[in-house]
Amino acid sequence: MSQYLLATYVVEGEAPSGPSSPEEMQAAMQRLIALEAEMEETGSFVFGGGLHGADAATVVGVEEGEVLLTDGPFAEAKEHIAGFYIINAPDLDAALEWAGKVAKTINRRIEVRPFAATGKVADHMDQMS
Amino acid sequence: MPSLPISGEVERTFRDAHGQAVATLVRVFGDIDLAEDAVQDAFVVASERWPRDGLPPNPAGWIVTTARRRAIDVLRRAERGDQLNVELAIGAAGDSYPSEEEILQDDQLRLMFTCCHPSLRTEHQVALTLRLLGGLTVEEVAQSFLVSEHAMAKRLVRAKYKIKAARIPYRVPTGAELPDRLRAVLSVVYLIYNTGADGEGRDALRADAIRLGRSLADLMPDEPEVSGLLALMLLNESRMPARGSNGAVILLSEQDRTRWDRNLIAEGQAIVRSCIRRGQPGPYQLQAAIQAVHCHAQTYEDTDWRQIVTIYDQLVEVSPTPVVALNRAIAVGETEGAGAALALLDGLGAQLSDYHLLHAARGTMLRRLDQATAARDAFARALDLATTETDRSFLARQIDSLAV
Repeated sequence: MSQYLLATYVVEGEAPSGPSSPEEMQAAMQRLIALEAEMEETGSFVFGGGLHGADAATVVGVEEGEVLLTDGPFAEAKEHIAGFYIINAPDLDAALEWAGKVAKTINRRIEVRPFAATGKVADHMDQMS
Repeated sequence: MPSLPISGEVERTFRDAHGQAVATLVRVFGDIDLAEDAVQDAFVVASERWPRDGLPPNPAGWIVTTARRRAIDVLRRAERGDQLNVELAIGAAGDSYPSEEEILQDDQLRLMFTCCHPSLRTEHQVALTLRLLGGLTVEEVAQSFLVSEHAMAKRLVRAKYKIKAARIPYRVPTGAELPDRLRAVLSVVYLIYNTGADGEGRDALRADAIRLGRSLADLMPDEPEVSGLLALMLLNESRMPARGSNGAVILLSEQDRTRWDRNLIAEGQAIVRSCIRRGQPGPYQLQAAIQAVHCHAQTYEDTDWRQIVTIYDQLVEVSPTPVVALNRAIAVGETEGAGAALALLDGLGAQLSDYHLLHAARGTMLRRLDQATAARDAFARALDLATTETDRSFLARQIDSLAV
């Protein structure tokens, strides 16, 4: 079983095209809850979350041995990661199917990215020795 | 490779066996790079031995066995972790050559669907298909697409990295998934064919595409669109000898029809007839049917344009693209006259304003209506937009012929 990141992005300064009425909002939430339950039941759900905006981000770097803080997100891009799921899936087709369901439910584009490794580095060292 | 008399046959055998051998080894070892390298090594051994000793009775089996042993050697030497794979492969390899049955036909199909997975960009799909299934060298693939060998090698490395890292599955899709995925495979094969029809020195690509089309048709006999694509390529290919050399375009109306390849026509038309009997039309089958009507006509004047327009009407229904509408309009020019065609073409102006063939078609219709100046302007616009040398020289001649 592999793990995949399903990530969604927001474009800076662009208002998210969310549901317009409280009723629609409620319905959208219900659909998302149902989808997450489906992920849970099939053993696909690992973790998920929505992030605060890029304005809330701080980049921590090291310069000449000193920790250096920079206000703002990592990439000087217009798009910033807004939320993600981490799922278990046997192969890319299965991951793409989940991504399609998420994209339909939240009406956003989803980037699917395979994990090269997950868990603690120490666990991988054990396997290698 | 030594240039002994047998080398032509050896090379053909290599190409035929390449897809099968790589596909079989990918199943056994689960690693495209390992499979590709091992098959390459086996070919090197074969190129030394076969010209001397003659072809083995089962060349593909010989390649698979030799490559499998090579791969096991590589795995042992590298002491790459996956012990299970090594044991499985060693157990399966044994000492005897695998028979034809051990080379599963499905393997090639699996590899085809992996290479043409929709998560890979089109140029990567094409490169992988030609390299792994077509058996072209990296250099040959690079030449076909006018990029450097280095750039093509990088492209292939990136594509194979994604297959491995993202775990693009090695299987034939089923059920609801199949139609879309099959469409991607067919469009890659047809793209390879059309690249081979477009420009000089690329004839081999057309043969590669037809070869891929044939094995797909053998592997998926229940998919009429697969047969349709094969028929379409065969019928297009039948007219190639009459199409002119040195990059010149000879129009259908001016071709020497005695130079058309009758065997290819007979084969293509037989497939079209069996498609019609099945009654599940699709875009490739209908395009093939249109070509079958053209190939049936002894002279250009004998062409049954009414039937062609009828098939285009069906094609517009299943594949409502502006390019199909453009081709239909040209056919209407033959049944209802240039004025009717021109009206249809003008209706497509907004969608196809940057497509050179729209302006070329307008030029042709305007010339028939004796509007020489407007015709020349249309051809000039087409010339501005055309990208291939073949098209440009054809259009320049049209403009010259209209000069006052």
